[in-house]
Amino acid sequence: MLSRTADNLYWLARYVERAEYLARILEVTQRLTTLPLAYVGASNEWESAVATAGCAHAFAAVYPEANEEAVTDFLCFSSANPSSIRNCFEIARTNARAVRTALTVEMWDAINGTWLELRRFGNGATSREEFMRFLRWVQESSLRFDGSAYRTMLRNDAYWFSRLGVFMERADNTARILDVKYHMLLPAHERVGGPLDYFQWSAILRSVSALTAYHWVYRESVKPWLIADLLILRDEMPRSLASCYENLVVYLDHLARAYGRQGPAQRQARAVRARLENSRMEEIFQQGLHEFISRFIDDNNRLGVAISEQYLM
Amino acid sequence: MVISFDEMKGNDGSLRPAYGELFRWLSDVRPDVLDYRRREAEVLFRRIGITFAVYGEADAQERLIPFDVLPRILDTAEWDILRAGLEQRVKTINHYIRDIYTRREILKAGVVPEDLVFQNRVFRPEMNGQKVPHDVYVHIAGIDIVRVDAESFYVLEDNARTPSGVSYMLENREIMLRLFPELFARHRVAPVENYPDELLATLKSVAPATASADPTVVLLTPGVYNSAYYEHSFLADKLGVELVEGRDLFVKDDLVFMRTTQGPKRVDVIYRRIDDDFLDPLAFRPDSVLGVPGLMSVYQAGNVTLANAVGTGVADDKAVYSYMPAIVKFYLGEEPILKNVPTWRCRESEHLAYVLDHLAELVVKEVHGSGGYGMLIGPAADKATITAFRVKLKSNPKNFIAQPTLALSTCPTCVEEGVAPRHVDLRPFVLTGRDRIRIVPGGLTRVALKKGSLVVNSSQGGGTKDTWVLDR
Repeated sequence: MLSRTADNLYWLARYVERAEYLARILEVTQRLTTLPLAYVGASNEWESAVATAGCAHAFAAVYPEANEEAVTDFLCFSSANPSSIRNCFEIARTNARAVRTALTVEMWDAINGTWLELRRFGNGATSREEFMRFLRWVQESSLRFDGSAYRTMLRNDAYWFSRLGVFMERADNTARILDVKYHMLLPAHERVGGPLDYFQWSAILRSVSALTAYHWVYRESVKPWLIADLLILRDEMPRSLASCYENLVVYLDHLARAYGRQGPAQRQARAVRARLENSRMEEIFQQGLHEFISRFIDDNNRLGVAISEQYLM
Repeated sequence: MVISFDEMKGNDGSLRPAYGELFRWLSDVRPDVLDYRRREAEVLFRRIGITFAVYGEADAQERLIPFDVLPRILDTAEWDILRAGLEQRVKTINHYIRDIYTRREILKAGVVPEDLVFQNRVFRPEMNGQKVPHDVYVHIAGIDIVRVDAESFYVLEDNARTPSGVSYMLENREIMLRLFPELFARHRVAPVENYPDELLATLKSVAPATASADPTVVLLTPGVYNSAYYEHSFLADKLGVELVEGRDLFVKDDLVFMRTTQGPKRVDVIYRRIDDDFLDPLAFRPDSVLGVPGLMSVYQAGNVTLANAVGTGVADDKAVYSYMPAIVKFYLGEEPILKNVPTWRCRESEHLAYVLDHLAELVVKEVHGSGGYGMLIGPAADKATITAFRVKLKSNPKNFIAQPTLALSTCPTCVEEGVAPRHVDLRPFVLTGRDRIRIVPGGLTRVALKKGSLVVNSSQGGGTKDTWVLDR
């Protein structure tokens, strides 16, 4: 397979996944900001949304203040933000067009249909209701694309590269939420208790669509260290770091078998997975949640570089 | 007003046999059924169109070429003549290009004037004395054919560089098979779906001697912003070969490689849909970012086959066209089977005088023009246009040729007022490999949808039709 084709498939999947993640962050932020201040505290949720989206610097360069209008515009429709939802879909579709022969008709229809429909939303939503519809639509578009890939692609290198894109992006996104919100999850926080924390905690779970999953896994009320456990170590939780790395190892192994060669990417992925498997939440908290997350983000970036150098260039 | 030959009703209104079944079917079928199928075809095409033919990044412009659901039908005898004529024409073109870049016998014999070759900007001195694998220069040719009566087919234009349109030939048939199974049941239509197979066989057959037993073929495209990108990806898909851009290829040790996820892989045959000028920035336009630096040196070393070869443009411009009958005789010693449209070469003074006297009835074209640009259609032009053109023509007569306005044949076509005759042409695709020439029966029929119009170009309101060659 052409390296450019693999690269396009990988980034196509990443951008679709990223668009969905942004939509979920915005939905949660929207929800938090509608609660009375007494329930969520005085923190600026819009600022936190930009940070979680990983584009605080780019945002600050364009807007003086993080408010609803500025943030939704920047994260959804702005052409100044290379990772706005609009740009994610634009880039995804351009990538798809360049590798159309490697996609199934269903996948092409999904991404091209999304791109065509994107135009209908113009440069923004006219009302909050419409904006919520937009966010729903973004998530559904991602589901449709991902489902099409899962159900229609041949299980060969094209599929594996596309999966690598999904799980790299997911790992990155989950780690970013943890990076921004880690202070909410520290054991010390527990003593504060009260409704304020409940809503912040449940917001974290919602942003990785895991609120219901939490209850099924722990059968307990929402507790911060369990949230950290769910998002980091639980491999049954599809957006946890452990689950992402389980999948990354599997798909990198498929590639190594098909191509007859293990490389730096396989070794890096296995090393990270091993660390996740061998970690216990108590130790992580003892050694510092923030340090753990920072190290993970570095490791994850290193894997991205390794995949790129080994296959995509 | 010239009366055109109608392919269904002839000159006198009598039904021609090849169209018998279609005519009966048309008389039986309820108008709303036809209309319904027509709309269904549009939906199907739009679907493929949405899938493929969406242009431009800035706006979601869909450029769908209109499709007419009534087939254009040729019988076996007609096709036999066409096939023989096409083979002869393409064989000649290959002889001619090889001669021009090697011994130049035709120039020495004075059949074609030298300056026509050497002052032609598509002449490639890099190709002088250059061997190409198996002496094939034009592997894929698109020969534009028009018809003026029951017997006469004329070649309107030879396309020996990167002819396009074959994807429409294939898609049109697929749509027709889905929409009109009962029409197919009443006819024995020769299939065209094996074209990609024939193309692949052709390309593999011309692999360089140094290639492995199973040569690697790729299709080189200028990229997603090219207007024919749809066709490039469609063909790569059907051929089962990689669709590469210039940046996917690189040259090392006099070989061409593509960058793959498993490391560099040698490429033996490049079906390139990119012009000579952009192929290699080291040999041709230095500003080209579409090409592959060093590709020409590999080509010259004989380690890669380019299809079509470099420099084939010397055979297909409109001035050379006018010499084709003589060129056929020169190389094959045969009379041309397909006629040439009578052509006045404005470079010759008597011809120029005639053309200047008859501007109002002639079509005058630029030698290097294409797509209907820069031409004068005398009968349709007003006085001022003709006067202005006269000045242009006199200032550089070499740059022009003139032809009579041809009464192109017509075929029944679905238009708003029902079924009516419209003018058509035909582009068959001729494949030349090491072993033999392959032509799938038929080709792409283009139809001028506007009443009375002779311009079939899609940019000017032209559409396409499925072309049926009836089997015995």
